[in-house]
Formats: sequence, C-alpha cells, structure tokens
Amino acid sequence: MDVLYFAWVRERIGVPRETVQTDAETVLDLVEELRRREDRYEAAFADITALRVAVDQELTEFTAPLKDAREVAFFPPMTGG
Amino acid sequence: MDVRVQEAPFDFGVEANAFAAAQSGMGAVVTFTGIVRDLPDAPLCHMMIEHYPGMTEKALHGIATKAHDRWSLGGSLIIHRFGRLAPDEMIMMVATASRHRKDAFEAAMYLMDYLKSRAPFWKREETAQGSAWVAARDEDEAALIDWSEPHA
Repeated sequence: MDVLYFAWVRERIGVPRETVQTDAETVLDLVEELRRREDRYEAAFADITALRVAVDQELTEFTAPLKDAREVAFFPPMTGG
Repeated sequence: MDVRVQEAPFDFGVEANAFAAAQSGMGAVVTFTGIVRDLPDAPLCHMMIEHYPGMTEKALHGIATKAHDRWSLGGSLIIHRFGRLAPDEMIMMVATASRHRKDAFEAAMYLMDYLKSRAPFWKREETAQGSAWVAARDEDEAALIDWSEPHA
C-alpha cells in the first residue's frame, strides 16, 4: 500500500510517500512495524497522540482496520484556515 | 457549493461580487478572509502551506455539504491557497448566502471552524531565524465540540 507523510512527519521520515509491503491488520500494527524498521520512523511515531491518520483519504482512528486500504497517510494535527 | 484549492492568489473583491451576483432571492451574504499575519518576535519572511492533494478537496466538499444540510443556504464558496505566501497575502476565503443573515453567519463560522482542524493543511512559518510548523490550538478543537452539541 502507499504510505504518505506530511509536514514534520514527512521531514522526520525523509520522504513524502513510499510503497510498503505489509500484512498489518490495523493502522497501529503498521505503525509498530515501521517503528521497528529504522530510527527515523521511531522519531516520527514516538508519540502517536501527536499524530493523525487518514485511510484512503478519510480521517480515522489508529485502531482502524487496513483491509483493502490503498493509501494510508500520517500527519500532525491540521492547521488550515 | 464551490470549492477551490489553488496555489495562485485570488481577488477577494471579484470573488465576493461574483458570488453575490450568482445568488437569487438571498438577502444575506457573509464572507470571511484569512490573511498571513506577521509574527510578534521575528519578522515573517513567508508562510509555506502544505496540503494533501485529493483529500483536501474531499474534506472541504464534505464540510460544505454538512453546512448545507444544517443551514438553509443558497450557496457557499471556499477558496484555500497552498504554497508560499508572503505576510499580508490572503490565504483563504469563505462566502455563504442565505435568505436571512443568521444562517449565513452561522454557516460561515462552521465552515471556518471545521476547515481549521479537519481539512488537511499544514502551515510552516519561515523567519530569518529559521522555520517552525504552526501548532494546532486547543481552542480550535474545542470549537468543533461546540458545534456537535444539539442546537435548539
């Protein structure tokens, strides 16, 4: 699936998007999988209460399932307006 | 319902006039414009606005649809810019039209409150001393709770 990062999450991970092969069942499983990979993921995901997640461009919770998801995005709280 | 996400500047006067002219039977038009403010400590060189193409448009349409469901509106407009903006440039505008002013005022407030913390935009302020992401404010999140309370 495609994993996208925005704002300081993108800066910490170093890429705006990447394709990840995963069997993760939930967003949280995916986060744990990424954190185990490299320090830069650990730096971005250390405190997930500071993050928001969208699955297929809809805001959701970290407990959300990833079955059939094509795109997951991680970012800090939004600051529009 | 007209939603535009764009890098280019917009002309607030032209947009407001065109929006008002396109209405019929509406006695009230409310507009709001957000402007890049300078910083108190270090002069702001510019503001960078990042967004999530695709989700941004969907989220703004969703917010506008909810406003149309909740209030009696003849029309609504949201324009939001992204990219590099200088101090005093206009970031975004909303306009709402209704038969009487209450719907237009409330709907404009609602659109603003939701697009502040539910539309995927992120602001970074750049000064001579460096750059920093703008943090979301607790009161912006609290404003959404107010809208979720039942209204008389």
